[in-house]
Amino acid sequence: MSDTIVNVTGLNVSFGPVHVLKDVSARLDRSETLGVVGESGSGKSTLAKAMVGLVKASSGEVWVDGLEVVEASRRELAHYHRRVQMIPQDPFSSLSPRQTIGQTLAEAIDPGRARVGRHQDRIAEWLERVGLEPGMMHRYPHEFSGGQRQRIAIARGLILEPSVVIADEITSALDVSVQAQILELLAELRQSLGLTMVFISHNLAVVQRVSDQVLVLYRGQVVEAGPAERIYQAPQHWYTRALLDADPGSPGFTLD
Amino acid sequence: MADATPDTKRRFAWNGTLICGLVMGAIILLTGLIAPFFLTEPATALGGGSSLGSVPGHPLGTDSLGRDMLARTLVATRLTVVMALGATAIAGAAGIALGIAVWLAPRKVRELGLRGIEFAVSYPTLLVAIMVAAILGKGTVTVVIAIGVANTAGFARLTANLAAGLSQRDYVTTARLIGVPRVRLATRHILPNMAEPMLILVAQAFAGALVEISGLSFVGLGSQSPSFDYGTLLRDALGKLMINPVLVVGPAMALVFASLAALFIGDGLAAAANPRSIGKRGRLRRVGQVPDAASEPPVLTATGVTVRHAATGRVLVEDVSFEIARGEILGIVGESGSGKSLTAAVVSRLVPEGIEAEATRLALGRTDLLGRVSQRELATRIGLVYQDPGTSLNPALTLGSQFGDVLTHHRGLSRKQARQVLVDGFAAVLLPDPAGRLRQHPHELSGGMKQRAMIASAMSTQPDLLIADEPTTALDVTVQREVLAIIKRLNRQAGTAVLFISHDIGVVRRLCDRVLVMREGRVVERIADPAAMTPDNVTHPYTAQLLAATPTVAIGGRAAAPAGGTAAAQAAAEVAP
Repeated sequence: MSDTIVNVTGLNVSFGPVHVLKDVSARLDRSETLGVVGESGSGKSTLAKAMVGLVKASSGEVWVDGLEVVEASRRELAHYHRRVQMIPQDPFSSLSPRQTIGQTLAEAIDPGRARVGRHQDRIAEWLERVGLEPGMMHRYPHEFSGGQRQRIAIARGLILEPSVVIADEITSALDVSVQAQILELLAELRQSLGLTMVFISHNLAVVQRVSDQVLVLYRGQVVEAGPAERIYQAPQHWYTRALLDADPGSPGFTLD
Repeated sequence: MADATPDTKRRFAWNGTLICGLVMGAIILLTGLIAPFFLTEPATALGGGSSLGSVPGHPLGTDSLGRDMLARTLVATRLTVVMALGATAIAGAAGIALGIAVWLAPRKVRELGLRGIEFAVSYPTLLVAIMVAAILGKGTVTVVIAIGVANTAGFARLTANLAAGLSQRDYVTTARLIGVPRVRLATRHILPNMAEPMLILVAQAFAGALVEISGLSFVGLGSQSPSFDYGTLLRDALGKLMINPVLVVGPAMALVFASLAALFIGDGLAAAANPRSIGKRGRLRRVGQVPDAASEPPVLTATGVTVRHAATGRVLVEDVSFEIARGEILGIVGESGSGKSLTAAVVSRLVPEGIEAEATRLALGRTDLLGRVSQRELATRIGLVYQDPGTSLNPALTLGSQFGDVLTHHRGLSRKQARQVLVDGFAAVLLPDPAGRLRQHPHELSGGMKQRAMIASAMSTQPDLLIADEPTTALDVTVQREVLAIIKRLNRQAGTAVLFISHDIGVVRRLCDRVLVMREGRVVERIADPAAMTPDNVTHPYTAQLLAATPTVAIGGRAAAPAGGTAAAQAAAEVAP
């Protein structure tokens, strides 16, 4: 028996007349990473939001870490949000500009009071884990580069040692060399912490670097899902192949 | 950390208006503070010559009880300013509290509250103040409360609107998700981030309150004898306008001076908060002399392009030189802050505000771009395509009318001819139904279609040079490939030289004939054969680093591409929306 921690079945989400997710199913085992790939409008961010209960599903089930999110009560969701964390895309708008980094991290530990002093050791430890210096906890977001801010956002997402982390396009606002560093950091953390992650991206190559399982979304539907190796070596669906061929580094890429 | 350099904190943009306002404000405050100590005696003592005009010793005259008007005006400053400050404080505190309460309230209450606030804002402030004063009775305190209440709605609306905007920010969403209580959200994440616009409103509200309080005192609702403010002084003086006109001068001048001070501070703060609004125009000039080009010059020659930030003198692009021959695609690749886009902007003579650029030579064929160039020549010989097709198109105009203008203005075509050129152009970039597109507005097209339409428009003047600045960055990979293929095809067919700017070395190596790698404003490497470059055969370590950092899909055995039709055609066939 595998240890399934995310199990989405028959998920449908509509915004008014627009059917954003159609009969989407997904599974993820503990300590693995599920890469969700798709282009704009494919519904990949909606899937992430549905997993944390930020959008209302019209039908289907979303089981994450023992909770059925679609039918969950407010109180259940409040507890759930301490076990399942989301790391947002844009490092420039994800940190409160008038709070020090220490305060932001303390708030993740203790949302009601956020006392830095009490949690100082833990904050320092996590800043080191994401490759920053503990002394930086007294600084404000504007003193950091985009890559450093994304490291802080990652620390905030992981500091409670959640059972699942949902990363929504967390490298797409970064320069390539910074992106490479962040991907390396994620690989390290996956190794050392046994992270379970849903990694959402439009970039197939980035997804390949971090994922065990891959799910390809196209216009709100899953067109292909399976082990990463199988998807990249032997894509079955024409859309997956079209995506692969559109990557400038792929052998199938032509401009003629 | 090897990450990009941290962006420096935005500097406070001091400006003349603000300084002027602050100096005036300081004079008023000082007067209000000091005048009552020294001038209360002449301002209130009876006797002496009554109803004097402007005479030595009494430059602004004396009133009917023989009190010096200059002294009275200066002494009145304290009461007037204190009243206006009080009213502003009441309006600010009550308005911000109300706005936050509305934001915190459950959805239905919030919507009702917002409607209420909108309604209150649309009601004239002075009218509300008069009603409140009428209910509470005459007096200094009454007027302060009345004006405070009347201005509350403005603060409440700003607060509620700002809170609604801020609560869409990722940091608020994230904080909410991890369970930060709503009250803490308001006090820690919402309120502190409103400071700038709030300060501006405070200054404006103060100016308003000053005038309104004086107005109420003027009609007799405000301060009552023996206390006096600008309004009461003005009333007394106006009563004797025919007999002793000089009495009006003191209070009228003081009122104008005080409200101007507050307005200057408000406008100055607004300008300081938005430094772009006071930026200097960009400049482009020639330095040094170089001999004229050979008999057949390349399409573009750029020598010694240097760009500085005008205010700080920081060098953003340093001594960049390159040429582009006919039929060639030159790529400039670099990360954010490398100066690649500024270089492209200078070449097209679109130097951004606050930027100074210079070059020893900048020529488009035989035309010297550092000298006088007609707008027509620039518009027809250089085509521009930008990153975000969503913002570079005018949403209010049809494609036909906004793209047709260049052709009718600069190429002197008739409307009918222009239409035909555009239809042909749209067909060349593979837009379905080219003729129908002319009547469409930008929002009716997808991002990829908009970018293709932009390229068609840029090519419609048959330019010698196409400058494309990150034209595919906002697009999906499948669409990116189509757009790149179109650029390449137009380049091969028409021989148009292309300057292609990108952060993606993976894209550049597949499209360009030659590539410049830029870093921190300098060209660190020139690559003659981009298709063949690998991390091992490039010379500069930064290029190797860029190549290594660019993620590339690793593919082994490949499945055959589907037979017949493009991806888009299959998409339509397989998944009907």
